[in-house]
Amino acid sequence: MEFYRSHVLVCGGTPCVLAGCKGVRDALIAEVKRRGLDKEVKVVETGCLGPCDLGPVIVVYPEGTLYEKVKVGDVPAIVEEHLLKGRVVARLVGQGRQAEVVKYEEPTYLGVQERIVLRNCGIIDPESIEEYIARDGYRALAKCLTEMKPEDVLEAVKKSGLIGRGGAAFPTGLKWSFTARAKADQKYILCNADEGEPGTFKDRLILEGDPHSILEGMAISGYAVGADKGFIYVRGEYGLSIERLGKAIEQAKALGLLGSNIFGSGFSFDVEIRKGAGAYVCGEETALIESMEGGRGEPRTKPPYPGTEGLFRKPTVVNNVETLANVPPILLNGPDWFRKFGTEKCPGTKVFTLCGDINNKGLIEVPMGITLRRVIYDIGGGIPGGRDFKMAQTGGTSGGCLPKEFLDVPMDYFTLPEKGSALGSGALLIMDDSHCIVDIAECFMRFFEHESCGKCTPCREGTARLHEIVAKIARGEGQPEDLELLGELGSAMQASSLCGLGQAAPLPIMTMLRYFRDEFEAHINDKLCPTGTCGL
Amino acid sequence: MKPTSKGAGISPAHIGEILQKYSWSKDALVAVLHDVQKAAGCLSEEALAEIASGLDIPISKVYGVATFYTLFSVKPKGEYIIRVCENAPCHVLGAKAIVGALEKELGISMGNTTPDGKFTLEYTSCLGVCGVAPAIMINDAVYGNLTPERVPVILKEYK
Repeated sequence: MEFYRSHVLVCGGTPCVLAGCKGVRDALIAEVKRRGLDKEVKVVETGCLGPCDLGPVIVVYPEGTLYEKVKVGDVPAIVEEHLLKGRVVARLVGQGRQAEVVKYEEPTYLGVQERIVLRNCGIIDPESIEEYIARDGYRALAKCLTEMKPEDVLEAVKKSGLIGRGGAAFPTGLKWSFTARAKADQKYILCNADEGEPGTFKDRLILEGDPHSILEGMAISGYAVGADKGFIYVRGEYGLSIERLGKAIEQAKALGLLGSNIFGSGFSFDVEIRKGAGAYVCGEETALIESMEGGRGEPRTKPPYPGTEGLFRKPTVVNNVETLANVPPILLNGPDWFRKFGTEKCPGTKVFTLCGDINNKGLIEVPMGITLRRVIYDIGGGIPGGRDFKMAQTGGTSGGCLPKEFLDVPMDYFTLPEKGSALGSGALLIMDDSHCIVDIAECFMRFFEHESCGKCTPCREGTARLHEIVAKIARGEGQPEDLELLGELGSAMQASSLCGLGQAAPLPIMTMLRYFRDEFEAHINDKLCPTGTCGL
Repeated sequence: MKPTSKGAGISPAHIGEILQKYSWSKDALVAVLHDVQKAAGCLSEEALAEIASGLDIPISKVYGVATFYTLFSVKPKGEYIIRVCENAPCHVLGAKAIVGALEKELGISMGNTTPDGKFTLEYTSCLGVCGVAPAIMINDAVYGNLTPERVPVILKEYK
C-alpha cells in the first residue's frame, strides 16, 4: 500500500462532468507529475460532493479545502501554491459557500448536514472497492453472515424504524418481513433506481458516488429474507450510474463479496443490472416489475403486493436506492444509533435535492424533520437576486406546493401530508415571487398527462382534463366554475386511480388551489396575472 | 429472409445475434429493443417482426412495448437527437427560452427533424440533472446551466 501526504479529490458526479471536471482531473494529474509530486500527492475522482451548481468542485485533503468552479487554467496555481507551498488559493474558495480550511473528519462546507447515506460520496473513489472496504464497506454484510441469523437482521431493521425513501414511506423492516415469511423456491431483491421524479437526482448521485453501498444493502436484504438474486433497475438515461454499478458488481464478485458462499457462510447472492427505457410510471414498483419482465410498464392491481408475488410472480422486496444505502450502517452501528438521527417517527436522515430559485443548488443530507427555512436559508444560501420566497414544492412534481407560512414545518413523512403535501423522493423545488401559479400549474399538469400510462381511466382521462382546464385558465378563457371542477376531479382521481401516479397527480394543483386560490381567480375573473409574468 | 428497409439498417442475422446474447428470453424484450435500436437507429416494422418471430411473441406486443417507452422510436430520427427537458425545475429556470433558441437555430419546431436528417428536436422526461437546470441531452451528452446564448455555441460542435 502506498501512502500520500495529500489527496486531491475531484468530484466526478454528472453535474461536475458537465462542467468539465474530467479536463481538470487530467490537468491535475499532469501538473502533479510535471512538478515531481506524483509520489506525494494522489489525484482521485470521487462521487458527488453536493454543490452541483459550483462544479467542477475539488477538495484537497488532509486540510479539506473546497475549491469551486475550478478551470484547467487554475490547476497550475493550485499545484504551485497549495500542494507545493501549502498556501490556500483564496480566490477559488467559498465563492458561494462559507468554505474554510476544515478538518478531515468534519468538513464545514456541510454545515448542519449529517451524512449516513452519502457517507462515502465525495470521499472515496467510487470505482475502487478497496476504498469502500477501507471505510468499513462490506463489514456489515460480514457481521450479518457470520454473527447474525436472518431473523436478527430483520429485527434490527425493524427496530431502526427505517422508512422507505422512494416516496411511499412504507416501513422497510415490515416490507422485508412479508417476503421473509413467504414460502417460495425463489425470492428476489429488486433495487428501484428508476428515478424519474422531476427535481430528483439523489439516486443518480448515490449510484455514481458509492455503488458498493447499494450492492451491500441488497445482499443484506437478501440474507434477511432468503433471496439469492438481486436486480437493479436503472433509468436508461443514467449512463454513468450503469457503468459504475457494472464495475462495482465485477469487483465484488472478484473478491467473493457477491457470488456463491459469501464469507464461507453458505449464503449466495448475485446482482444484475436492468436498463429502463424512459417511462416515469416505471418508478411504481409493479410497473417496474412489468418492464423487467419485458412488457409495457403498466402497474398491476394490488394486492397481491410484490412482497408475496412480485417479479416472475415470486416474492420480491422492492427498495429504493437511498433506502438500501441506509442498511449497511444500520446493521454495523445498530438500530439505536440510527434512531439518534431524525425524529421519533421518522428516524435517520433524508437526502434532498435543491433546485429552482435557490443560491446553492445540489445534493444535501440532513436529519429528518428539518424545516424548509433551515434548508433554504442555512444550507441553500437563500433566494437569488434579492427576490422573495413564494413557494416550495416538496417531493417532486407529484408533491404539493407550500407557501411561506409553512417554512417552519418539520419535513418528514408524517407532518408534510398533514399540510397537503408529501416528502416523496426528497426533491425541493424552490420558486421565487416572479412565478405565476397558473403557468407553473400548467407545467405540472402537462407532465402528468404525458406520463400517465393509460391503463386506468381516472388517471388517463383525469390527467388530460386537469391539463386542459389549467391551460384554458392560462389562456384567459377560464370560467369561475373551473376551480370547483378541478377540485372535484382531483378528489376523484385520488380516490380511484390504480397507482400512485394518478393518486398523486392532483396533489400539486390541490395545494395551489388551497394556498393560492386568489391567483387563479385573478386569471379567471379579471383576465389578469398578478405577477405579470405569464403573458396574460 | 426479407431484406431490411433502408431506414432500418439491421440484418435479421444481426438481430439473431442480439437475441442469442439474451438467450432468446422473452423477459429481455426491453434490453433487446435497446440493442437493436442502438445498431439500427430506430425500430423499423421489419426489425420488430424479426424480434417477434425470434422470441415467439405477437408483433402487437413488441410494437406495444416499443411505443410505450420514450427512448424507443419506430420512426427514423436525426443523426443527433436533441432532448429538451421542460419539466418544472427546468421550466422555472427558463427552459422555454432554450426551446425558442433551439427552434430558431435549427429552423424546426419541437417534435421535428431537420430536412438534412441531422437533428431531431424533442421533449424528454426529467434528465435528473436539476442542479444545473435548464438542461438538454444531445445523444448521450448532457448540457446544463444553459442560456439561449449558449445554444448556437453548443450546436456548432455538431454541425
